[in-house]
Amino acid sequence: MALPNHTPLNYRIWHYTYLTFCGLVFFFLIAPLFVILPLSFNAEQYIHFSAKMLALDPEGFSLRWYEDMIYGTKNPWGLATKNSLIIAFFATIGSTILGTVAALGLSSRHMPYKAAFMALLISPMIVPLIISGTAIFFFMAKVGLAATHTGIILSHIILGTPFVVITVTATLTGFDHSVTRAAASLGSNPVNTFMKITLPLIMPGVISGALFAFVTSFDEVVVVLFLAGLENTTIPIQMWVGLREQLSPTIMAVATCLIIMSTLILVSAELLRRRSERLRGINQ
Amino acid sequence: MSQEQILSSDGIPLEESLKKAERKNKLKAVLLVAPLFLFILIIYVFPIGDMLFRSVDDRMITKMLPKTFNAMEKWDGKDLPDEEVYKGLYDDLTYLKKNKTYGKIIARLNYEKSGFSSLIKKTVRKINKFEEGNYKEQFIKVHKRWGKNEYLVALKNTAPNWSYAKYLKGMDRKFDQDRNIIQVEEDRRIHKILWLRTLNVAFWVTIFCFVLAYPISHLLATLPMKYSNLLMICVLLPFWTSLLVRTSSWMVLLQQQGPINDLIVWIGLAADDNRPELMYNVIGTFVAMTQILLPFMVLPLYSVMKTISPSLMRAGKSLGGTPLVSFVKIYFPLTIPGIGAGCLLVFILAIGYYITPALVGGASGSLISNTIAYHMKSSLDWAFASALGTMLLVGVLAIYWVYNKLVGIDNIKLG
Repeated sequence: MALPNHTPLNYRIWHYTYLTFCGLVFFFLIAPLFVILPLSFNAEQYIHFSAKMLALDPEGFSLRWYEDMIYGTKNPWGLATKNSLIIAFFATIGSTILGTVAALGLSSRHMPYKAAFMALLISPMIVPLIISGTAIFFFMAKVGLAATHTGIILSHIILGTPFVVITVTATLTGFDHSVTRAAASLGSNPVNTFMKITLPLIMPGVISGALFAFVTSFDEVVVVLFLAGLENTTIPIQMWVGLREQLSPTIMAVATCLIIMSTLILVSAELLRRRSERLRGINQ
Repeated sequence: MSQEQILSSDGIPLEESLKKAERKNKLKAVLLVAPLFLFILIIYVFPIGDMLFRSVDDRMITKMLPKTFNAMEKWDGKDLPDEEVYKGLYDDLTYLKKNKTYGKIIARLNYEKSGFSSLIKKTVRKINKFEEGNYKEQFIKVHKRWGKNEYLVALKNTAPNWSYAKYLKGMDRKFDQDRNIIQVEEDRRIHKILWLRTLNVAFWVTIFCFVLAYPISHLLATLPMKYSNLLMICVLLPFWTSLLVRTSSWMVLLQQQGPINDLIVWIGLAADDNRPELMYNVIGTFVAMTQILLPFMVLPLYSVMKTISPSLMRAGKSLGGTPLVSFVKIYFPLTIPGIGAGCLLVFILAIGYYITPALVGGASGSLISNTIAYHMKSSLDWAFASALGTMLLVGVLAIYWVYNKLVGIDNIKLG
């Protein structure tokens, strides 16, 4: 944003102050994530920048904490990764199906009490996790699903659906219903119309909702803390346990892997969002 | 007949056939929403109802001392009760001793009035030696507290099935002897501090987020697309990154030997052997929560600012307004919906935050959620945890209601 030549000095000062402030805020947002990366390659046991690291001496860096993450003795990360993936996979499928179907109903202009239903279905996103965790724990203990994968998956479906409902209803605003009517007039049954016409059009919303549901489940720790037994430990639980004891470089290695994963997810979500906007004809 | 009825092709009046089609569409929409609705109702709404129920449920002791309470119904509580009450107590305690289940009532009664613990234990130990008849005298012989009216009144006070005592405890209040609500002792008023701290942290985190988010949202909304997309990554990458990863990076940064403290020492603001405590106190909670919740403020602000046409500011300037006047009179009022949405969202999320305060907050930076977790996992006072949870829930739902009125829940922006 270059300023025109005739800009008075005080505006210039103001403008550059503003840009500096913004720069600092962006730094504040993103820099903490990058602190973790070098520390995960630390050759020493302590979480701080050693003199060798600062001098960029190759001896200061090593992959030992990644080795420890994968091959370490009494290593909890293998089981945790497996559990996290299983739980997140089924929770994502459940939330995506339930959420998409509900979003189709909610977007219909014939839906009665739309706002009330919407508010209720979104509420798991708003209610503090500690309350959801407490309530769900009582319920799962009562029906005998505490400390089971099923119990955790069911609660993660609850926590994930609001995101799917939001993203899919957003995609459905501006959805041209005449295309489904056209399909019907050409003799297609409703299921066929949905699979062949509606679903491909709302697919970007469905997938980005699914991504949200996946991340929600993969990252969720409060409800799992209440529900999980030793067998159901997940990556966030292991991180939580580790962080409560002490900061270890192995956790930095795990965190680095998670940052790489979230970068990949961010890129796919962004691409999907743009594709969706293009499909719906919203110009940027 | 002034007007001929219009018929559809199959001979049914058009109006009727239209209504039928409408009904069918309505049913279709409801059926689509139904599976998720039922799912949430059963696994989410009912359990929360159950939590409310637990917070006032006091039936355990009522069930365990049925004969005592039955006999006490006639007692006015002024003088020592009749033999009948002691007889009931004898029957109940003998039964409980036989089944070894008296442990539960000890905790409950001792909570009502301290001193019950030793009283019940001693009585249960000696109850086998009791002789038939004249139980009142024998009880008082075992422990003189059975002859004190205050203990028997306290016992009677636990009789009702429902009790809101846990809510009073959450507000640092309790019942006295005569069922008046009084404040607890000065040094035990911890919950008031917690509630105030939670509100305080949520309020300031919201303010900090707003102050930091407003300029950068403006920059993102006014920059050309190719630059703003790049900068948007700075907002979205933390948004998509695991909460625990972000919290652990703050633990690295804020620790005593961490980079921020190194910097402070290097600049000379503090001596090397006197490094400030940035973590395990309320500073850590503020800093980490602000950074973690910042994207939730930027996204709604950005989406509102994006819709404000730059020509409005130009028009303001061309009509003689200084940039400041144009900003205050034109730009700022137009962004108020975004400000409302962002602030409410951040406040709602902050007020129930658990993980970050638990890890970087220490004792002086922990919030109400941490207390709920403590009572769920450590003290196992589930009824009290439920009561605190319900109080928090009521607060959150009130803000959620305002949010829904002002912003509309379907306008939540996710990236």
